[in-house]
Amino acid sequence: MDAISGPAIAAAEPQSARRVMTPPSRFGDRAFEWLTLAMAMAVVVLVILLGWELCRGSSPAIRKFGFHFLTTSTWDPVAEQFGALPFIYGTLVSSLIALLLAVPLSIATAAYLTELAPLWIRQPLVSLIEMLAAIPSVILGLWGIFVMIPWLRDYPFPLLKRVFGWTPFFTGPIYGTSMLAGGIIIAIMILPIITSVSREILRSVPNLQREAAYALGATRWEVTRIAVLSYAKKGLFGAVILGLGRALGETMAVTMVIGNTPQIAASLFKPGYTLASVIANEFTEATTDLYLQALFEIGLVLLGTTILANLLAQALLQTMSTTSTTRAVQ
Amino acid sequence: MKSSRFARKIFCLVLLAGISMTASAQMMINGAGATFPYPIYSKWFDEYAKVDPSVRFNYQSIGSGGGQKQILAQTVDFGASDGPMSDDNLAKAPGKLLHIPTVAGADVVAYNLPGNPALKFDADTIAGIFLGQIKKWNDPKITALNPGVTLPDQEIVVVHRSDGSGTTYIWTDYLSKISPDWKTKVGTNTSVNWPTGIGGKGNEGVAGQIKQTPGGLGYVELIYAVQNKMPYGEVKNSTGNFVKPSIESITAALATADIPDDFRFSITNAPGADAYPIAGATWLLVYQQQKDAAKGSKLVEFLKWAAKDGEKMAKDLQYAPLPESLQQRVLKRIDEIKMR
Repeated sequence: MDAISGPAIAAAEPQSARRVMTPPSRFGDRAFEWLTLAMAMAVVVLVILLGWELCRGSSPAIRKFGFHFLTTSTWDPVAEQFGALPFIYGTLVSSLIALLLAVPLSIATAAYLTELAPLWIRQPLVSLIEMLAAIPSVILGLWGIFVMIPWLRDYPFPLLKRVFGWTPFFTGPIYGTSMLAGGIIIAIMILPIITSVSREILRSVPNLQREAAYALGATRWEVTRIAVLSYAKKGLFGAVILGLGRALGETMAVTMVIGNTPQIAASLFKPGYTLASVIANEFTEATTDLYLQALFEIGLVLLGTTILANLLAQALLQTMSTTSTTRAVQ
Repeated sequence: MKSSRFARKIFCLVLLAGISMTASAQMMINGAGATFPYPIYSKWFDEYAKVDPSVRFNYQSIGSGGGQKQILAQTVDFGASDGPMSDDNLAKAPGKLLHIPTVAGADVVAYNLPGNPALKFDADTIAGIFLGQIKKWNDPKITALNPGVTLPDQEIVVVHRSDGSGTTYIWTDYLSKISPDWKTKVGTNTSVNWPTGIGGKGNEGVAGQIKQTPGGLGYVELIYAVQNKMPYGEVKNSTGNFVKPSIESITAALATADIPDDFRFSITNAPGADAYPIAGATWLLVYQQQKDAAKGSKLVEFLKWAAKDGEKMAKDLQYAPLPESLQQRVLKRIDEIKMR
């Protein structure tokens, strides 16, 4: 979690005060420094211990299946053949769908709330969005089964099939429970966090920026685009990464609507499966050792996927900021 | 800070509760395992507190896999499982582990069709549907079993459990017994590599999926189908009779199934004329040699009470009690538990 929030927080306060280089003279200062250092290290130690424990728990499975675990698609607890590829695929695809849906919506909401909305409407809207974050996952999942899925099956999915049926992504029979439904429910779950963080970031954009743009004769849209969104780009990206972190690990609600079928299919109407779901589903009743170790390895893969996605996102952020500086210099 | 004072108050309360609990010096017997019998076990523990107030039970329904693991690691005083333990797992036990059957339940074939007609199934159709060979509701195999019912030309949407569960164990155990194809391709376990269908989490997930999907078909526990008023079919048993799942037909299966001496039995496809074929029992797992004599004797007293008086509560909670003959055998087994 903290590996995710790191960039977001750093980005939220771009001019965070650097430590002043005066030798700490008082005991209190030094104690405070050590204390905060210990807290920060505790997080690092926690992640390392977690990784180590997962490695230990899964080492016999790692030795048995080797690299094939990541590249094969059979998940057969009876024959003890385990391959994680469909779960990795499902986790990445459902998270991607969620980001594609949630990011534009969240940032637009945040921009509206900070830049355009009349003052009286802001607070109620903010509270509503924050309430959305407080809905327990399992409740959303049940709502997903009983309300969202039938609706998706009867209206939006057939429409998608009619319009985009020529692409491989919207073909085949429509059951309702599907990779797309999983992505949509994750989108709903990460919407409040991306919106809240984005709103804070947009609010921290200095008014001087806006006033300068207005002074140049910019319209409201231009002010929002150039002076606010562009200025806050890094921070917004951090908000998206925070959302991605949640999306990758989201379990309960997704399990209830994604169909839980380990397969790799181009069509988003087909059911899928995620790494987190298979652990939640099968861990409690797994009786043989190899089966349990394979589930541990799934946990390790999930941890790895999350870290990798974060590193990738940070690299992207790095290149993005360098290109923007070069553009600014030119 | 107001909140910190509040937190301190809570802390004091917790501390106080902790002290008072230890002060009463009740004996705690810990158990963990299967979720399926959890409602009746917690009822038993409640009722037994009135019989013997000096002992308290703490049961965590963490799943059969967890129950087996914890009793093997001796972190609990008894385990619970919806399936008998495998030879491999039993071999890991530090002492002789006894299987004590308690109650039984059944899987029903639930479906969602327009008008919800009463349907009949047999081994061939169920295996065919779950192997993905019978794809449409108006398949000749289904219509032949159900004369007078017009079945639609609609795809059967198979729904199975996605989470590992004793319900799935019973279901796949039945399919393995009646279909050689299933036995070689899929097999018996708490979760398997399904040839077809979509997965729902828990009974509620499967039931929800079936209810929401026209043409849906899946298996859920009998209790769950009854409570949710879902339509479910009759199944042809090994003697050729079509039997409706009920507490009586499950007990009939228990009474007629071949039950080995170690109680690691399966009652699917039982030979009785009135036996419902897709049923299964649930077990408590205890060591024959109890380490702690005081705890062990209390546990034995409870097990005896459960086998005699506890069984009478089963029907109210929609579980099938053990038949008289088996009950006697179980009591005899409980007597074999020794204290050190």
